[in-house]
Amino acid sequence: MMSTATSARPPLKPGLSTARKAQNMVMGGLILLATLLVVAPLILIFVYLIREGIGAINLDFFTKVPAPEGETGGGLLNAITGSLIMLAMASVFGVLIGLAGGIFLAEYPRHPLMPSIRLVSDVLAGIPAIVMGLVAYGLIVLTFGFSGFAGALALGFLMIPIVVRTTEEVLKLVPQTVREAGLSLGLPQWLVTLKIVLPAAAGGIITGIMLALARVAGEAAPLIFTAFGNPNVNFDPSKPMSALPLEIYRGATSAYDENQRMAKAGALLLIVLIFVTSLLARRFSRKV
Amino acid sequence: MSDPARRLPTRASMSSGSDRAFQYLILALASVIVLVFVVSLYLLGKDSWPALQRFGVEFFTQRTWNPVNGTFGAAAMITGTLVTSFAALIISVPLAIASALFVAEYAPKWLANPVGYLIELLAAIPSVVYGLWALFVIAPVLARWQITFFSPEYPERLALYTKCAGIWANDQTTLQCFFVPSSGAGRGLALAIIILTVMILPYTASVARDVIRLVPADQREAMYALGATKWEVISRAILPYARAGIMGGVILALGRALGETLAVAMVIGDSQDILKSLWGNASTMASVIANQFGDAQELLHRSSVVTLGFILFFVSVAVNLLARVLIGRLTPKGVK
Repeated sequence: MMSTATSARPPLKPGLSTARKAQNMVMGGLILLATLLVVAPLILIFVYLIREGIGAINLDFFTKVPAPEGETGGGLLNAITGSLIMLAMASVFGVLIGLAGGIFLAEYPRHPLMPSIRLVSDVLAGIPAIVMGLVAYGLIVLTFGFSGFAGALALGFLMIPIVVRTTEEVLKLVPQTVREAGLSLGLPQWLVTLKIVLPAAAGGIITGIMLALARVAGEAAPLIFTAFGNPNVNFDPSKPMSALPLEIYRGATSAYDENQRMAKAGALLLIVLIFVTSLLARRFSRKV
Repeated sequence: MSDPARRLPTRASMSSGSDRAFQYLILALASVIVLVFVVSLYLLGKDSWPALQRFGVEFFTQRTWNPVNGTFGAAAMITGTLVTSFAALIISVPLAIASALFVAEYAPKWLANPVGYLIELLAAIPSVVYGLWALFVIAPVLARWQITFFSPEYPERLALYTKCAGIWANDQTTLQCFFVPSSGAGRGLALAIIILTVMILPYTASVARDVIRLVPADQREAMYALGATKWEVISRAILPYARAGIMGGVILALGRALGETLAVAMVIGDSQDILKSLWGNASTMASVIANQFGDAQELLHRSSVVTLGFILFFVSVAVNLLARVLIGRLTPKGVK
């Protein structure tokens, strides 16, 4: 009986067929190859910027403004100060609104307006930065002219949805029992939120803010027709201001070697700052 | 002797006032988010009104973009945006999924974490830096290829070019001519697609990695228990299970690609002619805003550029909503 049943089928060989083994190997190899392809640009960009840009990074780079077109030397002090000032102003606006939005979404989940605010915030996150630049142009530049304020506002718009999302996520990670413990001691809900929930989530919130900063620090598109750029150091936000990504854009599209060299050095400084910030943010969130 | 319980303030009497005040404050600040959205919609709508009123539907179908005689139709940029975005998406999605599989399924932990982190850093590189790199590193490579394409050893290629140049001159193209290099500058549509591919890779890759990691171990083990190879487990148990999430990542990347501005503006060559060759100059909606808004003096020109921003605004909102619907639809039953 047994022997007739097995002899009707082709004999089973132990192990996998060669075709399946080969397919498995080939696909594994392709996946490895694809991963190398994905990571390669990061390494190539970094190596290129170090090779081309490091030579221009010296004391002058941090203490002087760009040399006039066609001349050599100079630095990017105007762009460094401009970036710092605009990022600081953008954070005030973006963090305040973003934090409030995150608290609202996480702490008042049954409020009738909650779903619409969450939806709008998500949708804002996807709107291209240049479009928010057009909005800041219409809001400020049309009446008051190119200014650091306009640039900071555009950057602030971009920060809001990022801060909202991370704040909401980390607030939701705070256990409900912690809130209940506070309430059971007789604390009003707003004090529970401010004194217990927010401090408990502080690490995550700071991570979110740092990631938002790292993200908008590299944006040039919304600054082209808001902050506009300024060849001199300017601390007055009601006047046009320069920023690192703006100088990189102008330099990279310039015909002069010296401007291109500055752009590469600026790009190196910018991505090092961004990488360090996101690295710190990661460390921060892991520790908390 | 009075009832002590009566004199104790209740929680409601102690905190309802301040609670309500705090809630209103938070709500007021959070409403600024909605305000930003509404103001954006209003400003963009108001500023694009002159162009929309003047050209109507023709703005979307007309392909002449001529600031000199004041005729504006965005068909060329709309095509440019769609072609660059979808081409970049088609190239990047398989690569992104493969890298996600490598990180989640193949690599040992000591390698998976750094590689995953490197891929995330790719998303942190600013657009201008990608543009700079594309302009100074990739463009010369492409230019060298374009020039050697017409080396004297291949006279038939030169003949082909002469034939295509005639066709291009009539604002037309054929499938064959589309792939013939039309310039030796390196810049153009192809370079924009290449840099866009690199830029959107990390978005799909990191979402795909996260959802692949969420696939329950049972799913894999059941498949292994049937004697499947690793690739069979991936292709028949993991990917089908994770497809909804991966699709979400793909749509996210599409949204990025449609709105990507500076890197594309720096390399695409800013030409509003109809697409005739993969290697020719072109433009996208976002690149035209970046390249022309500053110089647009006349009302109609400026308004037409803002209209492009208005379209991008709507497209990105639509893509976002589509992503939500798709993720809801594609999620297998019982998976959340």
